[in-house]
Amino acid sequence: MDEARDLIDQCVSGATAVDVLCIEGSLLRGPRGTGGFHRFGGGAKPMIEWVRQIAARARHVVAIGSCSSWGGITAAGINPTDACGLQYDGEAGGGLLGPDFRDPGGLPVINVAGCPPHPDWITETLAALAHGSLRAEHLDDYGRPRFFADQLVHHGCPRNEYYEFKASAHKPSDQGCLMEQLGCKGTQAHADCNQRLWNGEGSCLRGGYACIRCTDPGFEEPGHAFSTTPKIAGIPLGLPSDMPKAWFIALAALSKSATPARVRENATADHMLRAPSVKRTKK
Amino acid sequence: MSPESTRRIVGPFNRVEGDLEITLDIAEGRIAAAYVNSPLYRGFEQILQGKMPADALVLVPRICGICSVAQSAASALALADAAGIEPPKNGRLAANLTLATENLADHLTHFYLFFMPDFARADYAGRPWHAATVERFRATVGSAPNQVLPARARFMQMMGLLAGKWPHTLAVQPGGSTRPLQSSEIFRLHRTLREFREFLETVTFGARLDEVAVIAGRAQLDVWRARPGGGDLRAFLAIAEDLDLWHLGRGTDRFMSYGCYREEDRRLFPAGLWHGAASALDIAAIDEDITHAWYAAAGLPQHPATGSTLPVAEKDGAYSWCKAPRLAGQVVETGALARQVVAGHPLARDMIEGHGGSVAARVVARLLELALVLPAMERWLTELSPGEPWCITAPTAEETLGVGLIEAARGSLGHWITVRRGRIHNYQIIAPTTWNFSPRDAAGQPGALEQALAGLPASATKALPAAIHHVVRSFDPCMVCTVH
Repeated sequence: MDEARDLIDQCVSGATAVDVLCIEGSLLRGPRGTGGFHRFGGGAKPMIEWVRQIAARARHVVAIGSCSSWGGITAAGINPTDACGLQYDGEAGGGLLGPDFRDPGGLPVINVAGCPPHPDWITETLAALAHGSLRAEHLDDYGRPRFFADQLVHHGCPRNEYYEFKASAHKPSDQGCLMEQLGCKGTQAHADCNQRLWNGEGSCLRGGYACIRCTDPGFEEPGHAFSTTPKIAGIPLGLPSDMPKAWFIALAALSKSATPARVRENATADHMLRAPSVKRTKK
Repeated sequence: MSPESTRRIVGPFNRVEGDLEITLDIAEGRIAAAYVNSPLYRGFEQILQGKMPADALVLVPRICGICSVAQSAASALALADAAGIEPPKNGRLAANLTLATENLADHLTHFYLFFMPDFARADYAGRPWHAATVERFRATVGSAPNQVLPARARFMQMMGLLAGKWPHTLAVQPGGSTRPLQSSEIFRLHRTLREFREFLETVTFGARLDEVAVIAGRAQLDVWRARPGGGDLRAFLAIAEDLDLWHLGRGTDRFMSYGCYREEDRRLFPAGLWHGAASALDIAAIDEDITHAWYAAAGLPQHPATGSTLPVAEKDGAYSWCKAPRLAGQVVETGALARQVVAGHPLARDMIEGHGGSVAARVVARLLELALVLPAMERWLTELSPGEPWCITAPTAEETLGVGLIEAARGSLGHWITVRRGRIHNYQIIAPTTWNFSPRDAAGQPGALEQALAGLPASATKALPAAIHHVVRSFDPCMVCTVH
């Protein structure tokens, strides 16, 4: 209440130093640029004005999640609140603070993207800042820390054997690969979800549902139903990162023709129907 | 505002999910009137219009990072209703387990991290329990948060197996769960529940869960409290008696629950309404009044199935982005206390006997639910059948309607969907805190929190008493859900 207001006033005036300004949630510019859709409780000033003022004072500015990174889910549909991120508006540089924003040490807004971001991404980013070891070259083209953004969700996916043979799941709870039918973008999504894991031993793929590329700007409007893979002439539109289309088609055709019966049958079941065969080395 | 009263604007509130501001009219040393304002509008209902129905499962959990599964579950139920399907037994049990995990974790978080730290305030220096409370509950540095956070993180590993991740899972589907569990995984879930039970029994209750679950009234609660065993509930009960929290924060005394946790032929906690006596819940009697909210109106209050959400920048008499839901024109309270009162738990009924809802009753009801739901979770795990189906599919009709009603930790959550030409035509959500923290309606009736704050001692100039914090937080508000 009053104590919180006093502290935040001190951050604006510079009386209290701000090491890291962490913002969660989209920056709401509406209605008509006033920011009136989000006032900070206890006064008339819109949240975007507080953020602009404190960002100018902070040593570092960190966007926590895809909303404050690029606008995120709040910017979906008709974007009723004119939501954007701190330094991006979708894929376009800009956002609330503008493309040229840099903190006193020369860093742009650090985008710990994700919907939600993995808690370790947040704590490891803050730890790197506290340690003074996070430099511009540790961020990717979208300002995301490369320690998680230089990985693909596909890396470490337990459905990899199904992917190799294009043995696809057809309905929720099937064990097969989710790329061909059920909308999975793990082969293109920048995150280490299948290596770091969530809540102990989870990830979207381990939970049986598609990766929706939630660390990327614009993920909220994929242009198709989230759980259905868009295709042209049977070929998924979103191909694996860095893979030439002709090779993908050739390899997919080859691997489909080589799919073991075990993999094909298990792909459309919710539990293992056939176990891998056991080989004896001594006769 | 009468000429003698002074107006104070209070906010922002920390340890509350989202943005909250309260305007108080203070006269003769008391709160004459309270106006609860949610100063954020988010627009999810507008975003959902025109989307494919199944896309709601991606969008709605992202309303909230703490009630995420509750939003998913309500949406999945609405879509199942619209498609005319029901999940197979495994899917139903998995949905119960996923929702229960979130709800219990929220109760734990509320008690230890949001609510109890207020008793460590300097206001209470000199009370016999203050020094121990500072050591135990002070925000971030107390011994409790540092003990509770690892236990909570461990408990939330339920979600890794049940739902892939938390928050924002897509495992909760209209036709069941996308995550079939194998028997070794079910054993691991049992282990996690056993560890959480151990934590609750040693740290929170100082007693076995079944001993807590059968406490049948205030008198038995006092007897139980006097027994050795320690635990944080006993510490709270001592504070509640000293500060008379049993007479603080009375609301409407109308308690509503949509019911939750579907079992074979019933719900673990049934739906209903309680106002001195039990009555059936008439969902058709729900409507949302926007007289004092910044929305354009067709005039009369609207049932959510045909409701609208059209924000306006300025409107005479409006003071919140929260609509005012009413049941047959009446203000109701929702939450763990309401759920247990409606369910007929004797302790819950006795706690409101005579002096109605209170800060103490709301807090005890949450902890009571920890003791009631964890054993049910253990039972549901044993009822899972690997090899049997987990999920069915059915297309959603081009023209259809659906309703999804569940109980989130904070109370009754409802989703109403209308599908036209295969797309979402209308999607209306009423969240628990929309009920509890609603503004006034056309008849001038204050919302539940507004009623609970009226009459509390307050000064026009000096720091406001901690009692206001206790009352506000006793509802465990989630403001981001409120203003979806």
